[in-house]
Amino acid sequence: MVLVLALGDLHIPHRAPDLPAKFKSMLVPGKIQHIICTGNLCIKEVHDYLKSLCPDLHITRGEYDEDARYPETKTLTIGQFKLGLCHGHQVVPWGDLDSLAMLQRQLDVDILVTGHTHQFKAYKHEGGVVINPGSATGAYSSITYDVNPSFVLMDIDGLRVVVYVYELIDGEVKVDKIDFKKTATTTMHA
Amino acid sequence: MAAASAAARMLSDGGADDEERWLAEGIAGVQQNAFYMHRALDSNNLKDALKYSAQMLSELRTSRLSPHKYYELYMRAFDEMRKLEMFFREETRRGSCSVVDLYELVQHAGNVLPRLYLLCTVGSVYIKSKEAPAKDVLKDLVEMCRGIQHPLRGLFLRSYLSQISRDKLPDIGSEYKGDAESINDAVEFVLQNFIEMNKLWVRMQHQGPVREKEKRGKERNELRDLVGKNLHVLSQIEGVDLDMYKETVLPRILEQVVNCKDDLAQVYLMDCIIQVFPDEYHLQTLETLLSAFPQLQPSVDIKTVLSQLMDRLSNYAASSPEVLPEFLQVEAFAKFSNAIGKVIEAQPDMPVVGAVTLYVSLLTFTLRVHPDRLDYVDQVLGACVKKLSGKAKLEDSRATKQIVALLSAPLEKYSNIVTALELSNYPRVMDYLDTATTKVMAVVIIQSIMKNTTCISTSDKIEALFDLIKGLIKDMDDAQDDELDEEDFKEEQNSVARLIHMLHNDDPEEMLKILCTVQKHILLGGPKRLTFTVPSLVFSALKLVRRLQGQDGDVTGEDVPATPKKIFQILHQTIEALSCVPSPELALRLYLQCAEAANDCDLEPVAYEFFTQAFILYEEEIADSKAQITAIHLIIGTLQRMSIFGVENRDTLTHKTTGYSAKLLKKPDQCRAVYACSHLFWTDDHDGIMDGERVLLCLKRALRIANAAQQMANATRGSSGSVTLFIEILNKYLYFFEKGTPQINNSAIQDLIELIRTAQSDNTEADPSTEAFFSSTLRYIEFQKQKGGSIGERYEQIKTSS
Repeated sequence: MVLVLALGDLHIPHRAPDLPAKFKSMLVPGKIQHIICTGNLCIKEVHDYLKSLCPDLHITRGEYDEDARYPETKTLTIGQFKLGLCHGHQVVPWGDLDSLAMLQRQLDVDILVTGHTHQFKAYKHEGGVVINPGSATGAYSSITYDVNPSFVLMDIDGLRVVVYVYELIDGEVKVDKIDFKKTATTTMHA
Repeated sequence: MAAASAAARMLSDGGADDEERWLAEGIAGVQQNAFYMHRALDSNNLKDALKYSAQMLSELRTSRLSPHKYYELYMRAFDEMRKLEMFFREETRRGSCSVVDLYELVQHAGNVLPRLYLLCTVGSVYIKSKEAPAKDVLKDLVEMCRGIQHPLRGLFLRSYLSQISRDKLPDIGSEYKGDAESINDAVEFVLQNFIEMNKLWVRMQHQGPVREKEKRGKERNELRDLVGKNLHVLSQIEGVDLDMYKETVLPRILEQVVNCKDDLAQVYLMDCIIQVFPDEYHLQTLETLLSAFPQLQPSVDIKTVLSQLMDRLSNYAASSPEVLPEFLQVEAFAKFSNAIGKVIEAQPDMPVVGAVTLYVSLLTFTLRVHPDRLDYVDQVLGACVKKLSGKAKLEDSRATKQIVALLSAPLEKYSNIVTALELSNYPRVMDYLDTATTKVMAVVIIQSIMKNTTCISTSDKIEALFDLIKGLIKDMDDAQDDELDEEDFKEEQNSVARLIHMLHNDDPEEMLKILCTVQKHILLGGPKRLTFTVPSLVFSALKLVRRLQGQDGDVTGEDVPATPKKIFQILHQTIEALSCVPSPELALRLYLQCAEAANDCDLEPVAYEFFTQAFILYEEEIADSKAQITAIHLIIGTLQRMSIFGVENRDTLTHKTTGYSAKLLKKPDQCRAVYACSHLFWTDDHDGIMDGERVLLCLKRALRIANAAQQMANATRGSSGSVTLFIEILNKYLYFFEKGTPQINNSAIQDLIELIRTAQSDNTEADPSTEAFFSSTLRYIEFQKQKGGSIGERYEQIKTSS
């Protein structure tokens, strides 16, 4: 059982002062094995905070990130899964699932984690799964109205990944989960 | 013999190192005489017992020991005297000697010191026998002890008296209680002993040569608890209730404290009083207690004692909220306030740090006891301002620290910063801080807001807040901020950026005022600060725009309600300010955000204007290739979402965009940007644009660029380079094919597939990732065929196998 935290688009301090308190109290160091972050933190303090939660931190560059050295895309293997990471402002039209599917094919990954729209999505298609963890702070977005703070926790176990999405709605944390299984070939099914 | 050697030692003169030797000799003397005394006790020989005990006690007549060593000797003797006392008790009970006779007998001892020790010891037995009232015996003893005027010896003698009489005071509930008046006698006894001991203690200061003054002070300190013990005893007397404390005990003690005119004694005893007697007594005798302060020696550090008193009462208030009404009833705050005022007035040369420390204690007290009385809190701050006025900005770091403590206390107490903002003297105190500390304080204030997630919701409060944190907002007059660490500066400014999000009001009118206020202040920040603060304001404003979406935006004028148009004007101004930094990339992003928001508000001219600004920045200011790539994708992404432009405006913008795309430096980047532009001409929305021609043009152009890229790679590196671009373009073809764009047909796709296949087989170096990309694309095509229906049919025409 490998826990992977996926989050992004915090936009601290430009659009939000901090993570919601309820999220902060849930995210404790030592419980998570990997963090993948879609980008737009935006400042070093946030980077350091995430690093304190888990030393294995992967970040891709968002267009407002202070640190310009984050890569545009990143791929990594966790257990049986290949994961791809990209902020998503580079893929036009923004949030378009077909265009994202192309990126997924290009990176050759089972799970593509991407952001930019601030809207949670977990979508399975022929080539794999696309996950958008939304905005962890509920930051303003020109694309999505009424953004609720959200993040994703993936539990990778063998050929199965359970995606837990945590959303802060009206002051309460609501959790939902989706199961994905991978066959021995590279195709994924829910 | 023992007596003679003791006498000889008495008169000798020697150095400090000899003390150990003298002490050893003294102890030996005690032990030797004790031995003979015990022999006498065992054989019931009263006469010898008295003789040897007197000799033993003579060792205490020495002048040569320091207090510390004398104490050791004293304790030896003390232990032996206990046994003697037991013997006396037995003797008198048996009847071999009456206690009255014994009392008289011991007074025949040769030297006065042993005589008095013996007398006290018999006195203890006398009281226990109840043959005379305790008060009479005690009175006699405390008077007799006057016989010893030597400070050290006298202190220990009286300490002995105090020790043995402790459990025999005629207190209520004591078996030695006489009539109803006897409490007074008990109190009187202890007071007398205390007064005499204090006199002796003070006298020590004036003994010996002037050069040894410091040494004497140190020695006196070692003895202070002997004097203080009496106060402790007084506090333990059951019969001393509040009234007696108020009427008799405190006034008598204070009288001695004031009259002794000794600063060491005064400081210690005042502190003792405060520690030893209960807080509720202090509360009820506040006036008396405080009136003593101005009468103390000028060299006494009154502030420390006053502070301790206030702190003690603060803790009392904090731990027992039920006593708070009492504080009000005795007007504690007013009394303290006045007392402090008097002290400060009486000592015009008091250093600032001292005065501020007093105010910190008073403020802590006020916040604990009267938290709802903001006027009191403000009063304290005002008094502090008065003390500071006329002086230049503080340079003493300890004073500065105290001021920071003073200003932080209300923040901690009132978790809502708005309360602190109501204190009119608060900013005035801050004015006296030097620039660096002003900034420190500003950060403390912001942290308090962030920690308590307080929302500040009126523009006038925000105005007050910005006044407090002005050290962070702009360069202060005397600032030489070059030394400021870059990291620290960033942290500061980021905290201001975060703060902006705490300034909010649900009412749009008020919110607009807030935005204007914030804008006014941050525009004073100068190029260094704008990159941090502008984005926060922009997004805060955009949130308001979204809330107001749908409201008419055509009216201008002062008294018109908040409208998106007005806010866009503010936004425009604000982003424009970034040109002085200069920060074109950030500005471009913000203009594009505004354009999107304007689109959602149906404000075509406004949206167009924002795009214009963004394009100007792109053309004129953004030269870095990487920055251009990101910028162009942001432009394409934003433009793709615009639904509001009429044909002309749309054409101008798309034309420019595709032009920029084709002019990027590297061919692969050009290719990607150009095929991204294809999305500008096709939306899924049937009201929007669906121009298949232009889509195809873009894709074909992208193909041409990809070809050119390949040729270049051939020419320069010999190999044909990556086919990735072609696969990407193929995916785009498939995208529009699926959408039903008529100009995209299966033959074009088929050709492209063949092209890629050929190129791949030509490639000398196999590229696994490109191959995987191609395979998964072909797999996608197959998958779509399986879908059936119209999609399946369309895809059926594409062959993926060679």
